[in-house]
Amino acid sequence: MNQPRLITTCDGLQALIDALVSRGYRVLGPVVRDGAIVYDAIARVADLPAGWTDHQEAGRYRLERRGDGALFGFVVGPQSWKRFLHPSVETLWTMRQGEDGVRISSAATTAPKFAFLGVRACEIHAISIQDRVLRDGPYPDTAYAKRRQDAFIVAVNCGQAGGTCFCVSMRTGPKANSGFDLALTELLDGASHQFLVEVGSEAGAELLERVPHHSATEAECAAAAAVVARAVSQMGRSLETDGIKELLQSNPDHPRWDEVARRCLSCGNCTMVCPTCFCTTVEDHSDLTGASAERVRKWDSCFTLDFSYLHGGSVRSTGRSRYRQWMTHKLASWFDQFGTSGCVGCGRCITWCPVGIDITQEAAAIRSSLNTGKGEHHGGS
Amino acid sequence: MEDLEHILAEQPFFAGFSAEHSRLVAGCARNHRYDAGEYLFREGESADEFFLIRHGQVALEMVAPGRTPIVFATLGEGEIVGASWLVPPYRWMFDARAMALTRAIGIDAACLRGKCEADHHLGYEMMKRFTPILVQRLHATRLQILDVYGKR
Amino acid sequence: MAAAPQPDPFVPQLYRVTRARRELADTATLQLVPLAGPRPHFEPGQFNMLYAFGVGEAAISISGAADAMSFLHTVRDVGAVSGAIAKLKTGATVGLRGPFGTGWPVAAAQGADIVFVAGGLGLAPLRPAIRQVLADRRRYGRVVILFGSRNPKDMLYRRELEQWRQRLDVDIEVTVDHADADWHGSVGVVPALIRRATFDPRDTIGLTCGPEVMMRFTVSALLEAGIAADRIYLSMERNMKCAIGLCGHCQFGPAFVCRDGPVMRFDRIAEFFAVREI
Repeated sequence: MNQPRLITTCDGLQALIDALVSRGYRVLGPVVRDGAIVYDAIARVADLPAGWTDHQEAGRYRLERRGDGALFGFVVGPQSWKRFLHPSVETLWTMRQGEDGVRISSAATTAPKFAFLGVRACEIHAISIQDRVLRDGPYPDTAYAKRRQDAFIVAVNCGQAGGTCFCVSMRTGPKANSGFDLALTELLDGASHQFLVEVGSEAGAELLERVPHHSATEAECAAAAAVVARAVSQMGRSLETDGIKELLQSNPDHPRWDEVARRCLSCGNCTMVCPTCFCTTVEDHSDLTGASAERVRKWDSCFTLDFSYLHGGSVRSTGRSRYRQWMTHKLASWFDQFGTSGCVGCGRCITWCPVGIDITQEAAAIRSSLNTGKGEHHGGS
Repeated sequence: MEDLEHILAEQPFFAGFSAEHSRLVAGCARNHRYDAGEYLFREGESADEFFLIRHGQVALEMVAPGRTPIVFATLGEGEIVGASWLVPPYRWMFDARAMALTRAIGIDAACLRGKCEADHHLGYEMMKRFTPILVQRLHATRLQILDVYGKR
Repeated sequence: MAAAPQPDPFVPQLYRVTRARRELADTATLQLVPLAGPRPHFEPGQFNMLYAFGVGEAAISISGAADAMSFLHTVRDVGAVSGAIAKLKTGATVGLRGPFGTGWPVAAAQGADIVFVAGGLGLAPLRPAIRQVLADRRRYGRVVILFGSRNPKDMLYRRELEQWRQRLDVDIEVTVDHADADWHGSVGVVPALIRRATFDPRDTIGLTCGPEVMMRFTVSALLEAGIAADRIYLSMERNMKCAIGLCGHCQFGPAFVCRDGPVMRFDRIAEFFAVREI
């Protein structure tokens, strides 16, 4: 939106949080816990990871102290906002058998309204990707749609890139251009600590009235642009997206799949931390008398052996086929299914893989082996 | 007396056969008629002839003590019955029984083997037609063994 | 429960078993009628998710409809859920979500010859399509029904097959993998039946359903017979949990079997159909 740029301070940020709380939002944001930056309830600016940054590499994540007091001087941690919008455990319905027969009722959803503080551009794209899957299909997940509609999003533009980030390759960042109610760019210059604010919606504009702010100067706008430019220049990874769908779908028997299978533990970490992975399973529970039952939906991963169970065995019984499924789905089949890539370049799967498998490296290996004439040219059996 | 050469030429198995080769084969051929239940040949017998079914249905079966014979394949119109005539010691390895009234052309094995030895082109034309049938039968047998409709 | 205009696709509707008929040793056909509201419209080829209380759900193809108020489902006992459903007696209550998925191109096939190739339990999802074609027989060219079974004892819908055979306007051939002493029909695999069948390959639609191995060699035989890849349809099967395109389990290459299938046109899946473990 072509709105005026505004400036607010750390006190202004506190006012923002307070205003959200007073409107009944459950405010969630980054906090430090167990050696990582995760998303949890916050009430005060002091709850934010001031002065912390993250050092990320394939299979490595470590928090480090910064030299300054930046509130958002890190990138993304092991969690994504999907843990609130698409919860890992959810009761779908309950059933009771009584004298008047059987009654099945949808589980009542009394979820609070969420306000997410500190949503990165890649995460905004991830949320909109999940919107397409869970909300915009022929059978929408109405609980997801409601949580989504009620959610208030305060984006933060990244001032630095993580070691495994490649949002530039996926064209999902580092600047948030839409999909937010408010967007902040942290401007830290010596003693001066303020935030450039962009308004992305009417709800955002309305909330901003509760927050002290003034117009940004040209210099402040330029400083914000420089912050983003710095992040752009620091990308830890890159992924060549040209023809990636063709590349992966035409090479199901490429030897690289065997190679990665030797390393992959099919632990499923990548699917848990990925902000777009959406697969779930259902469990049917009942009490011993069978008089009451419920269906619970839980996160699942295509890496589990049971995921493709059919008629006494699994269709994808080898780790090789499961890794191939995940990567091909994420970078290729997603286009057929939902019209976009499934990957936003956040780098979590690279960071949190215990053996450091790097999706950008795997894609590059397949691509280069075909370019140089090595490896197989045609997949299929 | 039917013209066997014409009848053979009409059979899909002999499609593309030259007139000369057709004549050579017809020279080894004769007509057969089997009533329902009659056997074309039995396991262990000398594989003197192989058959091309003009009309009817033939069951290939094996006998085991104490039970009725087990049918493992049925063949119909246009299909060839018998490959053991190609392979020494030229003995049938199963029974072939007409399930209904069946008319077939029997081709004398020794006669045809001799002509194929003398004319390798004829031999090759016969092999070209026979081999796909054997491959198909082998494949079908494997699929039957796989028991695809069974439960795991 | 009040009848809603469009039932929540996540929540099972309650149905009563009004008839339970044993088909084979491990297979039964259940007639299901909704406790409240109308039975939804379905296309032959679609499936419902049947829920056995406290046990779980299974995707079962609709195998027919006795009337406008019921579904027929032919269920084989192959696990905890299907076993519980197959053993249900008349009067029992069952949960049902659906119908879901794509159907056989019964209307699109009008004017052409139509070849049904069923293997084992695969005859069940094809049966409503066969019935629909036979009920409107004059709109089709030749109608050919080919059916392969494990053995004569495991032959599904035997009586109905015999009724179809009695018609003068249907070609029906049946074969078994393993014969027994009383079997006087064909012994062998379905491709042999395809080779012997009469139809015009330039204007024929082939519909096939059965174990995936059987569908592979059936499709080969149909292609060899000259039917184009975009006129052959299969019914695919994969693990299903939600049946509505949200859980990811039924993915088969880029397709969701619950949404882009189960009935799929062969040319659309040919590229990845034969990829191992896809």
